Amino acid sequence: MKNTTLLELWNVSKFFPGVVANDNVNLKLHHGEILALLGENGAGKSTLVKMIYGVNKPDQGAILWNQQEVDIHSPNQARAMGIGMVFQHFSVFETLTVLENIELGLDKHFVKGLTDLRQTVVDISEKYELHVEPERYVHSLSIGERQRLEILRCLIQNVKLLILDEPTSVLTPQEVSGLFRVLKRLASEGCSILFISHKLKEVTDLCDRAVILRGGSVSGECIPSQQTPNSIARMMVGQDAQLSASYPKSLNSNVRLETIDLSLAPSHPFGCGLKQVDLQLNVGEIIGIAGVAGNGQEDLLAALSGEDTRAPDHSMQFNGKAIGKLDAGERRRLGMAYVPADRLGQGAVPEMSLSENTLLTNTDKLVKYGFVLSNKLEQLTNKIIKTNTVKCRNRFSQAKSLSGGNLQKFIIGREVEQSPQVLICAHPTWGVDIGAASAIHRQLIELRNSGTAIVVISEDIDELFMICDRIAALYEGNLSKAVATDSTNIEEIGKWIAGGFIHHKEQQHA
Amino acid sequence: MDILLLQQIMIAALKTGTPLLLIALGELVCEKTGVLNLGQEGMMLMGAMAGFAGALYTGNLFLGVTLAILAGMAMSLLFGALSLNLNTNQVATGLALTIFGTGLSSFLGGDLVGSTIDGFKPIAIPLLSDIPFIGPLLFKQDLLVYLSFVLVAASWWVMHKTRVGLTVRAVGENPYSANALGIKVIRVRFLATLFGGAMAGLAGSYMSLAYTPMWMENMTAGRGWIALALVVFASWRIAYLALGAYLFGFASILHLVMQGLGVDISPNLLAMTPYIATIVVMVAISSNALAQKLSTPMSLAKPFDPKVH
Repeated sequence: MKNTTLLELWNVSKFFPGVVANDNVNLKLHHGEILALLGENGAGKSTLVKMIYGVNKPDQGAILWNQQEVDIHSPNQARAMGIGMVFQHFSVFETLTVLENIELGLDKHFVKGLTDLRQTVVDISEKYELHVEPERYVHSLSIGERQRLEILRCLIQNVKLLILDEPTSVLTPQEVSGLFRVLKRLASEGCSILFISHKLKEVTDLCDRAVILRGGSVSGECIPSQQTPNSIARMMVGQDAQLSASYPKSLNSNVRLETIDLSLAPSHPFGCGLKQVDLQLNVGEIIGIAGVAGNGQEDLLAALSGEDTRAPDHSMQFNGKAIGKLDAGERRRLGMAYVPADRLGQGAVPEMSLSENTLLTNTDKLVKYGFVLSNKLEQLTNKIIKTNTVKCRNRFSQAKSLSGGNLQKFIIGREVEQSPQVLICAHPTWGVDIGAASAIHRQLIELRNSGTAIVVISEDIDELFMICDRIAALYEGNLSKAVATDSTNIEEIGKWIAGGFIHHKEQQHA
Repeated sequence: MDILLLQQIMIAALKTGTPLLLIALGELVCEKTGVLNLGQEGMMLMGAMAGFAGALYTGNLFLGVTLAILAGMAMSLLFGALSLNLNTNQVATGLALTIFGTGLSSFLGGDLVGSTIDGFKPIAIPLLSDIPFIGPLLFKQDLLVYLSFVLVAASWWVMHKTRVGLTVRAVGENPYSANALGIKVIRVRFLATLFGGAMAGLAGSYMSLAYTPMWMENMTAGRGWIALALVVFASWRIAYLALGAYLFGFASILHLVMQGLGVDISPNLLAMTPYIATIVVMVAISSNALAQKLSTPMSLAKPFDPKVH
């Protein structure tokens, strides 16, 4: 089976105004093969698979399916051919049930031909151990369950090629190994899998072969099991980029920011609130808060930053002073800085220039008698751009014109300029490529070394282990105790972010 | 208050609520796909004018209703072409449509003012209309009222029990995900917009062919706006919408009756009661945050443009 070709791309190119998204890409995928498509953000992976799935049309080149040239003009047609896709940002509908979601993704005639859709769903979910209840509304499902729903939706229509766009970025390590079991089983039954990722270890564990994209074209191909993560990374980012490093850990005991028994009701219907959160943040350390999205991260961030001031005054203390009722501006004036999760919208105003965005969090320094000190503003903005090597035309560039990584470097640089006593940092490298990510990590480490207390909330456990001095996990609004990074390991934290610490915590409270 | 008076009030309330229900139902379906059409008042006026003109010149009420529906659809076609195909701002386009429809209906209907026709008359359904109290209320109405019953039930069934309804709800929640599944978002939105136009036209014809069989400028008196508010207060649920429309009708009639009985409250204050009563009741019944979130179309009034996403 593995030697016959299912899908072949011949010199496929795709142009967007001003950008070549894919440039003469050639690719072969065999029956029953798990092929990794590796590359940095912006390397053209998503564009490429969207053409295979019929969302976009190639501008040049040909797609061959079972040695026949095909013109895939819609996702409907792709599905009819046996191509299924699981999107990075799930394309499920929260206000519909699992069954309704599955029905929507299926061909009308296919649904009519089934005697009982519900029974078919139950049968397949049992066969592949993809457990989700058909009648549940999707908004009540965990991220892992939503992904199972998406895969299920593909499997029902007898899929021959399954495309997964960064499927593991939102899963716990345990869920990832569950997913890999399913994928390996599918492959053994003859289904081909195209697995998009930038996590090298996963590719090594799962994939038979890897094709690496850089700048829109294929830059290499390899058998992952015969390579080291570093050698693959080189193919992804080129020769000169600085790759992951290890940073010395630092432990202190001077408490700077503290939450005491902080409980909050959920702020929106799909949230989970906070339950008796005790967190002590010391001078000159980075605490990492691990967890899968939707476990209270938003509530915790809003409570720490001052966007949400429902917390009792004394439940949050900054250098011993109760700050629970202070709003975000008042907390900033005390010396707390904040890098929000949503770069465009919360972290920066997309339509404003970099200068204006600098002004927004530095008004105390840059405004006198109500007038903006434009010289100082210019100096400061240029300094931020220069010291953090932010790639942009100049300080008048709109924030939204910057790539995610460059904008994030700019936002963190802007906060660092205030020499904050505390920095609250959400998902610092989410959607950022390897090069920019390591620059951001160095920024944070430098800031820590200067004595700032930093909280990093992230879904990327590897990142937290790399930069944090202590790590805690957040699960359904409960926060575990923070342990020194050196005294724990990824497996233990992996269990914690699935709720494994709750039992211990209850015993301690009892 | 004796039972006969109450019955008369309720019969009148049903008639008053019907045009509101028809137009709001169309807008609800339209909004469920994420399209906010503020042109309701303009479309309804065009429907009322076209319906009356059609009936007057052909002598056939049904041709009048058909013409009203076509007029409403023509207006919504304009809205759809601008806001869905050319991605203009839905709010501004809808407002312009109302202003346009108000002016155009006055202009085209200038010669119709003062003419009279025989409008739709109540038709008693044998046996059913003999049921005490309920019979005359529900089964001795004109044809358009019966049609509104059918349309409410049919819309509910389509929205909740069919794939079409599933598609409509999916597009309204997340057009980009729907697009990725191969649903033709613009087509679904356009069809819903046309349905909204047809319903607005029908509601207009109810005004000029059944409720008060005549034409005058601005005869819908803001019902298009009330319908828009009603959709929101009913949190996009058809059963609540029907309740709200009839409640509004009931309160409107009640305040007239109270004035007639000589209740010593300023008529200006009394005239507020339909609005206040409807809002209070609707807010009370739809205050469940989760249910609210589940039924609100999240992409409402947001243009769909896959190129910039």
